[in-house]
Amino acid sequence: MSMISVENLDVWFGRGRDRVDAVKGASFAVKRGESFGLVGESGSGKSTILRAIMGLAPDWSGQITVDGKAISGRREKGFYKQVQMVFQDPYASLHPRHSVDQVLGETLLLHGFTDIDDRVVKLLDDVGLGGKFRFRYPHQLSGGQRQRVAIARALAAEPEILLLDEPTSALDVSVQAEILNLLADLRVEHGLTYVMVSHDLSVVGHMCDQLAVMKDGEIVEIMAVDALRAMKAVHPYSQHLLEASV
Amino acid sequence: MSETQNLRAWLLTDTPTSRRHAKYAAAYQGWLSFRSNTMAMIGLWILIFLVFVAVAAPLLAPHDPFEQTLSNRLQGLNSDGHILGTDSLGRDILSRLIYGSRITLFIVGLVALIAPITGLLVGTVAGYVGGWTDTVLMRITDIFLAFPRLVLALAFVAALGAGIENAVLAISLTAWPPYARMARAETLTIRSSDYISAIQLQGAGPMRIITKHIWPLCISSLIVRVTLDMAGIILAAAGLGFLGLGAQPPSPEWGAMISEGRRFILDSWWVATVPGLAIFTVSLAFNLLGDGLRDVLDPKDAEK
Amino acid sequence: MTLLDVENLWVKFPSRHGVFDAVRGVSFTLGKERLGIVGESGSGKSLTGRAILKLIRPPGIMTADRISLEGDDLMPKSERDMQAVRGQRISMVMQDPKFSLNPVMTIGEQIMEAYQLHNAVGKKAAFAKAVEMLEAVSIRDAPRVMRAYPHEMSGGMGQRIMIAMMLIPNPQILIADEPTSALDVSVQRQVLDIMDNLVKERGMGLIFISHDLNLVADFCDRVLIMYAGRIVEVCDADKLREAKHPYTQGLLNSLPRLDEPCARLQVLKRDPAWSEAPSVSGRI
Ligand SMILES: Nc1ncnc2c1ncn2[C@@H]1O[C@H](COP(=O)(O)OP(=O)(O)OP(=O)(O)O)[C@@H](O)[C@H]1O
Ligand SMILES: Nc1ncnc2c1ncn2[C@@H]1O[C@H](COP(=O)(O)OP(=O)(O)OP(=O)(O)O)[C@@H](O)[C@H]1O
Ligand SMILES: [Mg+2]
Ligand SMILES: [Mg+2]
Repeated sequence: MSMISVENLDVWFGRGRDRVDAVKGASFAVKRGESFGLVGESGSGKSTILRAIMGLAPDWSGQITVDGKAISGRREKGFYKQVQMVFQDPYASLHPRHSVDQVLGETLLLHGFTDIDDRVVKLLDDVGLGGKFRFRYPHQLSGGQRQRVAIARALAAEPEILLLDEPTSALDVSVQAEILNLLADLRVEHGLTYVMVSHDLSVVGHMCDQLAVMKDGEIVEIMAVDALRAMKAVHPYSQHLLEASV
Repeated sequence: MSETQNLRAWLLTDTPTSRRHAKYAAAYQGWLSFRSNTMAMIGLWILIFLVFVAVAAPLLAPHDPFEQTLSNRLQGLNSDGHILGTDSLGRDILSRLIYGSRITLFIVGLVALIAPITGLLVGTVAGYVGGWTDTVLMRITDIFLAFPRLVLALAFVAALGAGIENAVLAISLTAWPPYARMARAETLTIRSSDYISAIQLQGAGPMRIITKHIWPLCISSLIVRVTLDMAGIILAAAGLGFLGLGAQPPSPEWGAMISEGRRFILDSWWVATVPGLAIFTVSLAFNLLGDGLRDVLDPKDAEK
Repeated sequence: MTLLDVENLWVKFPSRHGVFDAVRGVSFTLGKERLGIVGESGSGKSLTGRAILKLIRPPGIMTADRISLEGDDLMPKSERDMQAVRGQRISMVMQDPKFSLNPVMTIGEQIMEAYQLHNAVGKKAAFAKAVEMLEAVSIRDAPRVMRAYPHEMSGGMGQRIMIAMMLIPNPQILIADEPTSALDVSVQRQVLDIMDNLVKERGMGLIFISHDLNLVADFCDRVLIMYAGRIVEVCDADKLREAKHPYTQGLLNSLPRLDEPCARLQVLKRDPAWSEAPSVSGRI
């Protein structure tokens, strides 16, 4: 059975002449423990799909099912314990006045943990930061370190599903390698399911089992990663994307 | 000696060991950066001095501020026992100034409590919740903004009755709308940022997000605005006093002293000038302090 | 012909814990070419770019023996004179597009304002030009984007808007700080083509800051590799893959590859000796 399934998802913003149909009739399913990639044109609605799953998009229609339960309207607290998200821009996703300790501590508190001190230390170790960074503020961290904090925050609730929005696009290649290794290790350790957005096909090829190609709000093709490696795309846009990446 | 050095090192560390340690270290480092701002320190010292004067007024004042000696009226500076001269009723200006600092502090303190907090509350709630809450709250704000401040304050005082407390209340009630507008504008840009989305994803409710995540970002600009507005607030209180609706006559309120002395400005310039200088100094001190606080309260700006 | 000649550029940040040297004695020249600067995060790439425009904010301090723009030394210039240089003669696309855009103004207002600053034209002409520029960076639905606010843009759209804006003044030198990091390959191609045209047709000099080594190898003519505030290696872009310095090799090896799947990526192992070695000169 699939861990996440999205059927016929439409997401739109605004109304009248300012209406944008950001996602149009998207459908895909991700099995438990699998890693699913979303690639495609810039502005094609990749981030919007993740935000809609998390309940951050105001207007959507279609069906989203997480672990067999259909989701509608407001998310319950239990949902956030099961699904978490890492945002695209590590420079914008941390509160500028909150130290790493505050960010993680508050998250743990909201999820009802009591042994907060121990868990903060463990989370920082898990993402390879260590206690040295515990009381730093975001402006004292590099982009890669910020992204690790964001990943630690997402892991704090011990979710089963992690939605990753371009987790490495703002980072340099050496940090990218560290973060991708970290994500791979965490997936094995905690049995996580990933949905990962990226515009870099080699990153998706490295991390994912399946991927969907998006263009202009629609999913034009879903393929296995072997097909990606063998450069066997069907849709002309995916072919174009593959050719451009080599 | 070595103990204080140890304490300094402990407070200056880059790697605090506990939450409390981090808090103290941050406070100490904030103090250090505030202290290195000479102008802000001057502002702080002036205000500390003002508080001291207000507290120790009975000990410091050479005369009774209410004692009238008509034969002794409009004495010049430094004339027999009256360092700053006397006013039109022969009262010692220095003593009145010293006692007046209590009133000034009272006004400043109360207005600084009521107006920004009301503004912050209204502005952030309107900005964060949006929809019709926003519309209703902002219309109310607009109504308040549409009247000239003094006219509105007059109406309030007329309704509530004359007196310094009611004057303060009236000034506060007319001072909050600009703060509400400011807080709302900031909330609107903060609301759509990823870090607010991120905390929503942890299941945090609107109360928590507004008080713990949005307020800390609005407060620094608010504090700066309030300290910069202080001069205007003191003057508004004086204006009400002048119209007979604020501090009542014998009370040595600085603004009321100016309006009294205004009549003799050509012959006895010091009667109006001395309280004017006092208001000027205190306003300046608040401005300097506000500037210094902005640097400390905004770690990001300070680093960049 | 050299457009820009930078000699011995330093950027320092004094703090309570001593002075931090972010850029340490960098020298290079730029002709009518595409010069890449690569290196890991924090190696001083952005600061080098900002320093050329003398945009280091206090407490940061910058020093240089010389920064000459076509023989005209920028170092002694006053802030007032620098304002005429910035934008007109050298323009820069900043790394974080959403920070560089005003959150409370619509995209259209910002582009039109920038355009009218440099060209004496009416509102209507500015509007048409702004739409044209957005379409040049392949933004669909440009009239809608003109009315939108920065937070309504996707990551890549923000970046393209910044690029559209920097095309306005027609500068002699363009410094592009990670201009394409959030773009998919096909849009990236188009943006690079635009810059390429500027270099080839208008004889502009381009400094292209990036952490994408493959991209720099394909797109640039010459590459400076930075580490801890110094240039550790200079090479022709097409020879980047044969680079000798272990740091460059480490960066190259940490890239995932479509044709060679592996379980774990290689991580860079840093050698303290790299930051000790003197800076290599990038001058020709
Ligand atoms: N809050 C919003 N209000 C209005 N329109 C929005 C909003 N958020 C996104 N959009 C629009 O939805 C479309 C899809 O945006 P989305 O962020 O999902 O793109 P993306 O695929 O993640 O692109 P990128 O790779 O560049 O990040 C864009 O046209 C964008 O302008
Ligand atoms: N205002 C500042 N105060 C102190 N240190 C600073 C300041 N600005 C930058 N630095 C430091 O200077 C170094 C170089 O920064 P720079 O922004 O040039 O890095 P970069 O090579 O562009 O990295 P990235 O790829 O992450 O953008 C970093 O270690 C950074 O921490
Ligand atoms: Mg996106
Ligand atoms: Mg940079």
